[in-house]
Amino acid sequence: MDKKACKWLEDPGPQQEIVLSTRIRLARNIATLPFPQVAKPQDLAQVASQVRQSAENIQGPWGKLHYQPLEELGVLQRKSMVAKHLISPQLAQEAENRGVLLSPEQELAVMVNEEDHLRIQVLLPGLDLDRAWALASQLDDSFEESLDFAFSEEHGYLTACPTNVGTGIRASVMVHLPAITMVNQIKQLIHGVTQVGLAVRGLYGEGTEVVGNIYQLSNQVTLGRTEAEIIENIRSVTGQILEQEQQARGVLLGNAKAQIEDRVYRAYGILTQARILSTQEAMSLLSDLRLGVGLGLIGGISYPQLNQLVVTAQPSAVQGIMERELDPQQRDYYRAALIRERLGDKAREKGENK
Amino acid sequence: MMCEECKKRPASVHLTKIVNNQKTEMHLCEQCAQERGELGFMGNIQINFPNLLSGFFDLDQHFNVEAPPTKEEQERCSCGLSFNDFRELGQLGCSSCYRTFGQQIDPILRRIHGHTRHTGKVPRKHEGKLSLQRKIQSLRQELNEVVSREEYEKAAQLRDEIHGLEKELGGEQNG
Ligand SMILES: [Zn+2]
Ligand SMILES: [Zn+2]
Repeated sequence: MDKKACKWLEDPGPQQEIVLSTRIRLARNIATLPFPQVAKPQDLAQVASQVRQSAENIQGPWGKLHYQPLEELGVLQRKSMVAKHLISPQLAQEAENRGVLLSPEQELAVMVNEEDHLRIQVLLPGLDLDRAWALASQLDDSFEESLDFAFSEEHGYLTACPTNVGTGIRASVMVHLPAITMVNQIKQLIHGVTQVGLAVRGLYGEGTEVVGNIYQLSNQVTLGRTEAEIIENIRSVTGQILEQEQQARGVLLGNAKAQIEDRVYRAYGILTQARILSTQEAMSLLSDLRLGVGLGLIGGISYPQLNQLVVTAQPSAVQGIMERELDPQQRDYYRAALIRERLGDKAREKGENK
Repeated sequence: MMCEECKKRPASVHLTKIVNNQKTEMHLCEQCAQERGELGFMGNIQINFPNLLSGFFDLDQHFNVEAPPTKEEQERCSCGLSFNDFRELGQLGCSSCYRTFGQQIDPILRRIHGHTRHTGKVPRKHEGKLSLQRKIQSLRQELNEVVSREEYEKAAQLRDEIHGLEKELGGEQNG
């Protein structure tokens, strides 16, 4: 599973310095069958078989879709798919009649029988909303040739939860905002973002700091606006955030260059030497490392590698890679080993090149 | 997605929390997140999610748990779901639910989305139907105008045309 290519973890993408990934998700349901939460097992089996059949004939730039029933996967394999953002934790919990359709490069992942019958997802590296929407919409059209989706003129695509009805679209970008956080502007930023109708999803630990300074921004409203309007809104907000983050990075370099350098190299030192690393510590050090790469202080590490390291830091990913259950102490030990191995001596001080 | 705690307001605070290396996801409305103190963990960073939901997305009036279900709310959809079940589940049972509970759902949609009518993508299968509907609408408008000008011959013509299209539309809907 982990040896397979996964586009957002392999390929470079636009604005990748700050944007880790872009996701477009479309919620769709088959008109004649009840939604998954009230559906009987035979209804769910019916959904899975219809979707699977439909996918057989679908062709696109993404290659052949492969249906993976969750029943065939172990708990660890499912969890590591969650860590890679291919499926939701909700889907991973129940396996019976659940599945995921994957393209060879895993930029397409269609969850089957999650909250809705289909959750068409496109996941791309960096900020790439238009391409993600184009792919999602094309796949949606292809499904529509053989599936009859629940749709009404008035309410649009009908979904299990009224918060998704209409377009059924959730566009989201995962952004890394260490400098805005360091200059204490994150609170105002989140305030502003939610004011324009976007939801903020924070990945954070139990301690005091937001873990990894990684946020997911996504639209809240799905009804009464076109997909293009929704995407444009998130694009313009993301653009402003990128600008603010760049400005904050400039301020940090201008006012506290030595402190920032120190922080980045300490992170690099610990990540390449430590023998025990918790998820939280690893995430926070990886944030400093990514910032160091962005500021040009450290070279030799690519953004896809940094994205992979974020995934590696997750508890489930460590177990998935080691292919066995580990207790928390073991996980911290193997996490440190995996990060050391992956970081290796790829990173180097920029100064050494001169 | 509805709030996991109260199941009444849309979840606007999505948290991924790592406790003892176990990742758990929480989807809460702002109010429940504050009540549970989830936002307080941000320590010195102190993220205060703004009071977005109050006012704009105020679902309280419509989801008054204390009130006994009205007769309409006890009515069941063909999938077996009642409106009361929907309030508890936070999810609808099937696509017909939107028609069955249309009257109760529209105010909720307005509060969540600020709109009740879809303006986005239309499946290809529905495109023909949609253009028929739009044609009928414009003919009806024209009909009103000619009637007000007392052009009865023209009005009769338009009426026939509208009936024809309506028949065609009925066929599409059944097909
Ligand atoms: Zn709540
Ligand atoms: Zn129903």
